[in-house]
Amino acid sequence: MKKVVGLNILLLLALLLAACGGGTTGGGDEGQFKVAVVMPSPINDLAFSQSMYDALTTIQGEKGEENFEFAYSDSMFVVDDAAAALRDYASQGYDLIIAHGSQYGASLQEIAPDFPETSFAWGTAGDTFGIPNVFAYEAFSQEGGYVNGVMASALSESGTVGVVGPIEVGDAKLYVDGFADGAEATVPGIEVNINYIGSFSDVAMASEAAQTHVAAGADSLTGTAQMVVGAIGVAEEAGVPWFGTQANQSSLAPDIVVASQVYDWTVVLDEIINLINDGTLGGEAYVLTLENGGLLIEYNDGFDLPAEIKDMAEAAIKGIKDGSIQVEIAE
Amino acid sequence: MLDELFTIPVIVGILASGIRLATPYLYASIGETFGQRSGMLNLGVEGIMLMGAFSGFYAVLLTNNFWFGLLAAIIVGGLMGLATAFINVTLQANQGISGIGIFLFGLGMSDLLFQKLVNNVETVSGFQEIYIPFLSDIPVIGEIFFNQNILVYGAYLLVPLSWFVLNKTTLGLKIQAVGENPAAADTLGVSVTGVRYFTVITGGVLAGIAGASLSIALLNVFQQNLTNGIGFIAVALVYFGGWRPLGVLAGSLLFSMINSLQIWVQVIGIPIPSDIAVMLPYILTILVLVISSGRFRQPSALTKPYERSG
Repeated sequence: MKKVVGLNILLLLALLLAACGGGTTGGGDEGQFKVAVVMPSPINDLAFSQSMYDALTTIQGEKGEENFEFAYSDSMFVVDDAAAALRDYASQGYDLIIAHGSQYGASLQEIAPDFPETSFAWGTAGDTFGIPNVFAYEAFSQEGGYVNGVMASALSESGTVGVVGPIEVGDAKLYVDGFADGAEATVPGIEVNINYIGSFSDVAMASEAAQTHVAAGADSLTGTAQMVVGAIGVAEEAGVPWFGTQANQSSLAPDIVVASQVYDWTVVLDEIINLINDGTLGGEAYVLTLENGGLLIEYNDGFDLPAEIKDMAEAAIKGIKDGSIQVEIAE
Repeated sequence: MLDELFTIPVIVGILASGIRLATPYLYASIGETFGQRSGMLNLGVEGIMLMGAFSGFYAVLLTNNFWFGLLAAIIVGGLMGLATAFINVTLQANQGISGIGIFLFGLGMSDLLFQKLVNNVETVSGFQEIYIPFLSDIPVIGEIFFNQNILVYGAYLLVPLSWFVLNKTTLGLKIQAVGENPAAADTLGVSVTGVRYFTVITGGVLAGIAGASLSIALLNVFQQNLTNGIGFIAVALVYFGGWRPLGVLAGSLLFSMINSLQIWVQVIGIPIPSDIAVMLPYILTILVLVISSGRFRQPSALTKPYERSG
């Protein structure tokens, strides 16, 4: 019995040592800017997490690997795991640590004050908690939602469009509200059927919701969050046009994806990195908009979009940028 | 608004949707019923479903043949069932804890394999809806019941099949005996270990098929944590169904129909807050469980490992 206990203790110690020794040490170069990011879903989800991963890869490509390095922990849908990862990165001396998920806010409030020399960024949200080393960032996804809504309603012949939403919160709600607003502004009286499936990741429910929308007569569909892959599959089978958001979703269904609102976080990250290099570690909140280039509408060349509808979309983009169109968000 | 709900097309839609949604729950919970009737609790169903889902998906991705996908899911499910049986029957681990371990393994392994082997959002061409001459054409009934794919039909055929096996065969009798009084069964020459291995492996195979029903039939895609808790609901449905296939069918249908209903309620625009709509299937299932609990007794030896004494 004693032998077993001793062996177990030895094993535990070995594991602890291995755990401490492993993990990225973030390189040793002076002047290399090191970023760590914690994300709630896989980096190739063609949605939320991918948008941040792509942005960091782009920045690394621009600055060069010797000057910019980033580490990531994805699929951190358990908030406690994410909090441990954030703390872990902070104690390894990263310059900027990004908590990419509004669910990480409470954890960040506790962690950031413990590491006053490190800069943290939190999204999507607008609150920096008054902590001097926290940045906040969010996306006005209702803007791209509006543009998608314009196109979706113009394309619709049945007078019904469908939205598959995750949970009625955050940038998901902004996008859905914007979409409904754009659709109603373009075709007054159009039926915008919306449902929320209650999860960011339940692909089966998303698929079933899309089936329901199609059965209820929708001939344009949209949705947000990583569960949309289930809805896109149904749209493709039914031949119904799809409007994407958060990332370019054309590759998933090249025949039916019309356009996607793409998040370009480099707009925000570049500013944050510059501020950090100048010595400011936090206290600013940033937004992605069509106007500052953080939000982009990318059309799918494989979809035959009638020219007049594309013009309507471009007019909407211009209107939002110069302020003549105010996108309404429902309470 | 509410009157829109009670139109034929909507009701047809709700029923067809509910039947489809119930499929993975049926496979997984019937499989778990076998195990639990023999005294084995397997909380790792979710993990086995995920491994089955990925295996089926990957096999179809490679071979473009959904039968190979189904075979892969069966084999992987069976192997996971074998491992579960070894841990719970031979090593006599605490079944609640080992089940969680198997779940975590299945969740992590399926995701790891997906990242390493596929690493992309891909769709496959899985089982399609099959057209049954004459039956599919019946208005209303045909749309609801006879326009599904073969894995959906398989799930429902499983109900009378498992009822028959459990209640009308010697094997079923042995399973029940092992689950009620393994010591007595042992003295009568029934191999408790053998029966339990059989039921747990069967449960694993069915859980694998449940996962495949998602990845290569209903959704035709794989993603991390694709099953999203279906396996755990399935275990609960066994309790709900009183450890009987017909009860499990009733539970699966109740849960799935209400789920389907709440989607339609939202889509039509009936002003129920989405948070409440999404809760409905769970609340109603709990309510029914509370009202009807105590009518069925659980197998006496459930979760208790058997060791031949003396």
